Amino acid sequence: MSRTFKNRAIKTTAIAVAVIGVVGVAQARDQVRIVGSSTVYPFSSYVAEEFGAISDYPTPVIESTGSGGGLRLFCNGVGEGTPDITNASRRMKPSEFERCAENGVTDITEAFVGYDGIAFAQAGTNEAMDVTREQLFLALAAKVPVDGELVDNPYKKWNEIDASLPNREIVVYGPPTTSGTRDAFEELVMEAASESIDAYGGEGYTDIRADGAYIDSGENDNLIVKRLTANTSAFGVFGYSFLEENSDSLQGSTIDGVAPTPEAIGSGEYPVSRSLFFYIKNQHADDVPAMYEYADLFMSEQMVGELGYLKGVGLIPAEENLRGDARGVVESRTALELSDLN
Amino acid sequence: MTHSFDDISAQLRRRHRKTRWLKGLSMGALGLAALFLVFFFTDMLIKGLPAFSQAQINVEVDYSEQASQLPMAAVSEDMRPLVSRGYLRLVPSRMRDNPELQGTTRSEWVLADSQVDQYLKGHHSKLSERDQALVDQLQAQGRAELRFNARFFTSGDSKMPELAGIASAAVGTMLTLLVTLAVAFPIGVMTAVYLEEFAPDNRVTQLIEININNLAAIPSILYGLLGLAIFINFFGVPRSSPLVGGLTLALMTLPVIIISTRTALRSVPDSIRHAGFGVGCSRWQVVRDHVLPLAMPGIMTGAIIGLAQAMGETAPLIIVGMVAFIPDISASFTEASTVMPAQIFTWSGEPERAFIEITSGGILVLLAILITMNTTAVVLRKRFERRW
Repeated sequence: MSRTFKNRAIKTTAIAVAVIGVVGVAQARDQVRIVGSSTVYPFSSYVAEEFGAISDYPTPVIESTGSGGGLRLFCNGVGEGTPDITNASRRMKPSEFERCAENGVTDITEAFVGYDGIAFAQAGTNEAMDVTREQLFLALAAKVPVDGELVDNPYKKWNEIDASLPNREIVVYGPPTTSGTRDAFEELVMEAASESIDAYGGEGYTDIRADGAYIDSGENDNLIVKRLTANTSAFGVFGYSFLEENSDSLQGSTIDGVAPTPEAIGSGEYPVSRSLFFYIKNQHADDVPAMYEYADLFMSEQMVGELGYLKGVGLIPAEENLRGDARGVVESRTALELSDLN
Repeated sequence: MTHSFDDISAQLRRRHRKTRWLKGLSMGALGLAALFLVFFFTDMLIKGLPAFSQAQINVEVDYSEQASQLPMAAVSEDMRPLVSRGYLRLVPSRMRDNPELQGTTRSEWVLADSQVDQYLKGHHSKLSERDQALVDQLQAQGRAELRFNARFFTSGDSKMPELAGIASAAVGTMLTLLVTLAVAFPIGVMTAVYLEEFAPDNRVTQLIEININNLAAIPSILYGLLGLAIFINFFGVPRSSPLVGGLTLALMTLPVIIISTRTALRSVPDSIRHAGFGVGCSRWQVVRDHVLPLAMPGIMTGAIIGLAQAMGETAPLIIVGMVAFIPDISASFTEASTVMPAQIFTWSGEPERAFIEITSGGILVLLAILITMNTTAVVLRKRFERRW
């Protein structure tokens, strides 16, 4: 290697380092930083893209960290390094609100976006299966009551639980414990069903069996969808939008007699539906002016409404009056109180 | 002890049989590896190649007063579901920038909705029967066709599959790797030069050597945690920026560069150094003018392989916030940006079916770049390599 080249290489390196040093100085921020739920992520990024395309601000940056992870980052404090908005597929917990307050995040606005359903589905070539939450619970709980005693789940086939169910082995692909979908499934199916079973003493029981009948399939719902088409005797638990997108190869089971349709999820009739939120850090309003414009666009009728774009990507819109209320809360920047969360 | 001829020839046969077995097994291993590779590549090509073409349709665009307010009004109602929203939403700003469009009606080739695209490619599509018939009719008239998808290489991520492209991730990868190279290469090479040419061989240097070898083997996600703690929390480098990603990956690449540089330096025979000292050169002159230039091909190879490894890394970047939805092409080292493997990871989780081919398309682009880098490494080594 020649010497001139070497000198040039050294100079280039020096310049590169200098450039990095210069631009490393902090800039004023007109880019909104968003973290949070992987369930809200597709909706949030849809709005962000639209916002970037039609406004003069850069597109907000959205990280999919999970609801819990997002709220942890959000509540770390106020200022440059912390996110402005966090998405959540459940409401903020009182404990999280308190942690926020401890770290100086005292002015938060809650935005209610709409609903999402969790589907229990199988390959479309099978015969349709109707289940109740109790049957689902008995198929998936780690310990179930047999003759009044709690024992390790003995059920291997669906028809052992109820004669009306098919003679197929219990194999369910579902999300891992880190997922908000799993949280919601545990709360809306496991907890709800176990509360009415005497053997648990009225307490919610959410432990899912670990003997191979329930298979953790990672955060990626597409993997579950693929597995269901390969293993047609299995069932899967995943977000409703993935069922809608794969309606040619999958069919959703009715739960407590209600089929997973947008109408049934929106009205709350379908039992495994949950509300989606995002939380705004009002203390960032002066430093990050784009924040409210993004929030207002998100809450607008063209996004979350009955004919809104987000419906096309799988969001289940809320009833009209609830939408109006939620929009009002965001427009008036109403601060969330601890008493709201209990 | 005596062996009969039969004993010996039986033994010989046994030994030859073992050789044949070994040969067969190793060929089988190679064959299996090749089979996996062929399977992977074919799968990617079949799934990914459609991503490089994109449906376009020819429609009448009406630049009316109404369209400047309500972009949907720019095309007739039955065509509306076929046209990409990504095209329509930009109609008002186009009209603002080009006043001569005002009030005219033009026949234009526009980007079609991804459902039309999927339908034309023969995939599952959510188009209604009526829209499918309309697309068939347009195709028969030559007003709907698949064209080369240049947008895939020039635009950033999008929620709309027909708009999604790899450019923002490619630029992010480039900026990140520049930082990695600028930090890891000089530090790595200098460390290796010191350890190999100057340092005495004692307990301390042995300990350092063991640690460097260990560092090369630890899981990459730990570097992400280190990067988060040091660069973001302590030094305040902006989260998600190529700067923090590059620095984190530099930590990861350093051991690779150090180890390969040391190997390269060691392969330069001592006679070169002795000759240098013999004519009165200082150690600095010997290293700069003789040893380093001779070792350079090896060093470059190590650096390129280290960079290629860093390029395919996502785990540490999740921690420093580079795995995110970032459609804008970032122009500086401190703006948020994402990298190609992270982009592929994000796409693989999208519910829309059209993203399957885009995911594979992204993988093809990444593979092409990686193969180019590795080929460069091989060529460099072959061209400048010296045998002693």
